[in-house]
Amino acid sequence: MTLGPIFGVLFDGVAYGMLLFLLSVGLSVTLGMMNFVNLAHCAFAMLGGYVTVTLINVYGWPFLATLPLAFLAAAIASVALERTLYRRLYRASELDQVLLTIGLTFMSVGAAAYVFGTIQQPVQTPSYLRGSIGFLGASFGVYRLFLVGVGLSITLLLAFALEYTRFGAQVRAAVDNQRMARGLGINVDLAFAITFALGSGLAGLGGALAIEVVGLDPAFAFAYLVYVLIVVSVGGLGSVGGSFAAAILLGVTDIAGKYYVPQVGAFLIYLMMVVLLMWRPAGLFGRR
Amino acid sequence: MAVSSSAAFDPNLYLQAQTRWQPIEYAFWAATLLPFLLFPHHLVLASQIAITALFALSLDLILGYAGIVSLGHAAFFGLGAYTAGIMSKYGWGDPFVGLLVGPAVAGLAGYATSFIISRFRHLPLIMITMGLGFLLLEAANSAEWLTGGSDGLQGVRIGPLFGRLRFDLWGYTSYAYSLCVLFLVFLVTRRLINSPFGLALRGIRENPVRMPAIGAPSRSHIRTIYTISAIVAGIAGTVLAQTTSTVSLGVLDFQRSAEVVIILVLGGAGRLYGGLVGAIIFMVARDQFSGIAPQYWYFWIGALLVSVVMLLPNGILGGLARLTSSWRDKAS
Repeated sequence: MTLGPIFGVLFDGVAYGMLLFLLSVGLSVTLGMMNFVNLAHCAFAMLGGYVTVTLINVYGWPFLATLPLAFLAAAIASVALERTLYRRLYRASELDQVLLTIGLTFMSVGAAAYVFGTIQQPVQTPSYLRGSIGFLGASFGVYRLFLVGVGLSITLLLAFALEYTRFGAQVRAAVDNQRMARGLGINVDLAFAITFALGSGLAGLGGALAIEVVGLDPAFAFAYLVYVLIVVSVGGLGSVGGSFAAAILLGVTDIAGKYYVPQVGAFLIYLMMVVLLMWRPAGLFGRR
Repeated sequence: MAVSSSAAFDPNLYLQAQTRWQPIEYAFWAATLLPFLLFPHHLVLASQIAITALFALSLDLILGYAGIVSLGHAAFFGLGAYTAGIMSKYGWGDPFVGLLVGPAVAGLAGYATSFIISRFRHLPLIMITMGLGFLLLEAANSAEWLTGGSDGLQGVRIGPLFGRLRFDLWGYTSYAYSLCVLFLVFLVTRRLINSPFGLALRGIRENPVRMPAIGAPSRSHIRTIYTISAIVAGIAGTVLAQTTSTVSLGVLDFQRSAEVVIILVLGGAGRLYGGLVGAIIFMVARDQFSGIAPQYWYFWIGALLVSVVMLLPNGILGGLARLTSSWRDKAS
C-alpha cells in the first residue's frame, strides 16, 4: 500500500469533520451556556439546505450567493422559536426540553416532506468547485478543499471572536458560570439569543454546504442529529476547540472505517463515542 | 405526589392505600376485553397496542419512577424479539419457552449495562444509552449469518399456544396472548411500585444525592430496576416476534426508542397507567393518520408532542388528575 490512499482518506475525513464542526459548534456553545438540549439543531441545518436548493433551482442564484441567505434564514427562524417556545423551558427538566425539540424536529421533517417531497434534492455546484487536484499521488476534491477552507476560516473567526471581543468574553463568562455572569450585570439572555442565532446560522450554512457531500432529504434532520450529538458530547459542552477536535476525530474515524473495514459499518464511531464518554463523561475538553 | 394528610404520617398506611384497587382500574381492564366484541376486525391493532403498552410500561419503570432517561431502550426490546425468533428458527418454537428465554437474554444484557448506566446522569447518560442502542443495531446489521441483516430474520416458526391455539391471521389468539402477558406483568409492576423499593426509586428520581445520605443505596437500586425494566422490554419484544412471526432490524431502531419515550410522556410518565393510555392514543392515532397521509404523520406527532410539553407537562393522565382534583376542591 502506498501513502496515497492514506492521505486521501485522511483528507476526506478532515473535510467531513469540518462539515460536522459547522453543524455542531452552535449546539455545543448554546448547550454550554443555557444547558438547553436543543435536538432541533439539525432542523435549522436542514432549513439552510432547503433555502440554498430553492434559490438555486427555482430562482437561478449562483451557489456562493445562496450561502449567506442559508445562514440568515436559519438564524432568524431559530430566534423566532427561541423567543416564543424555548425560553419557557429554560428551567424545565432535560426530558421536557428533549421532547419539545424532538417534536419540533418531527414537525420540520413533516413540513419538508409536504413542501419538497421525500426525494433527494438535486443541486448543481458551480464548475470551479468540481473536479479534483492531484498532489503527492493522491487526488483532492476541489469541493472538499473548499470545505476545509471554509471550516478553518470559520474556526479561526470564532476563536478570535470568543477570545478577543467584549461579546466573546461575555459568552465565555456565561458558559463558565451563568449565575455569576448575571450577578456581574452581563445580559445573559441577550448574549444567549445572539449566540443561539449565530450557532443556528452556522448550522444552516453547514446544511447548505452538506448537500454536495451527503445529499438532502427530509430525513436529514434526524440522520445528522446523531453525529452532531456525538461531536457535542465528546468535545465537551461549550468548548469550540473541543467541538473542533471531536468533529475531526469523528470525521476521520467514520471515513477511515468505511474505507478500510466497510463490513463493520457505523459500529466503530458508536463504540468510540461510548468508550470516550465512559472515560470522560464531560467530554474530551469539558470541565464539568 | 399528593399525599392525603392522614396517611402522610405512616408510610405503611400510605403504601396500603396506594395498593388498593380503584373502581376505575377495574373498568379499565374490563374495557380491554371490548375489542373482542366491538372491533373483531382490529384485533391485530389491539395486539400491537398491548405490546407497545408493555414496552412503555418497561420504560416507565426507569424513566417515570427512577428518572433515568434512556434513548436506547429498543435494544432490550430487540434482544427479546431476536432471541425468540432465532430460537423458533432452530426448532424451539413453543411460545412459553420463548417467553422464558427471550426476556432472560434481555435481562442479562440489562444487568451487564446497568453497571455503566448507574454511574451517569443527564446528557452523558442519554448519549450512552443511545450509543449502546446504535451499537446493538449495527451489530445485528453486520451479523447477517445470525439475524439475516437488513432482510430480516427468515424462517421464524412459532408453535401453537398450549400445543393447540395457533396465532391466526385475525389476531384472536395474538390479542388474548398479549393482553394476558400485559396484565400479568402489570400486576407484578404494580406490586413493585407500591413497595418500599418503589418508594426508594421515586426518592432517587427526586434527589439522587440525598438518597445515599439517608442510607438508600442509589446505584444498586438503579441496577436492579434497570435489569427489571430490560426484562419487561424483552417480554414485549418476545411477544411481538411471536404474534407477528417476523423479526426485522426495525425492532432495534432508534425510532422505536424515541417513539416509546413519546408514548410514555404523552400518557404521563411516573404513573402506572401512563404508558398504557399513551400507547392506546398513539397507536390509534397513527393507524388513523397514516391511513390519510403517511408522510405527514410526522408533522402531527411533532405538533402533538410540542403541545403536550407546553400545555400538559405531566401528560394526559397528569392533566386529568389536575382537572379532577380542582373539581373536587370546588365541590367540597
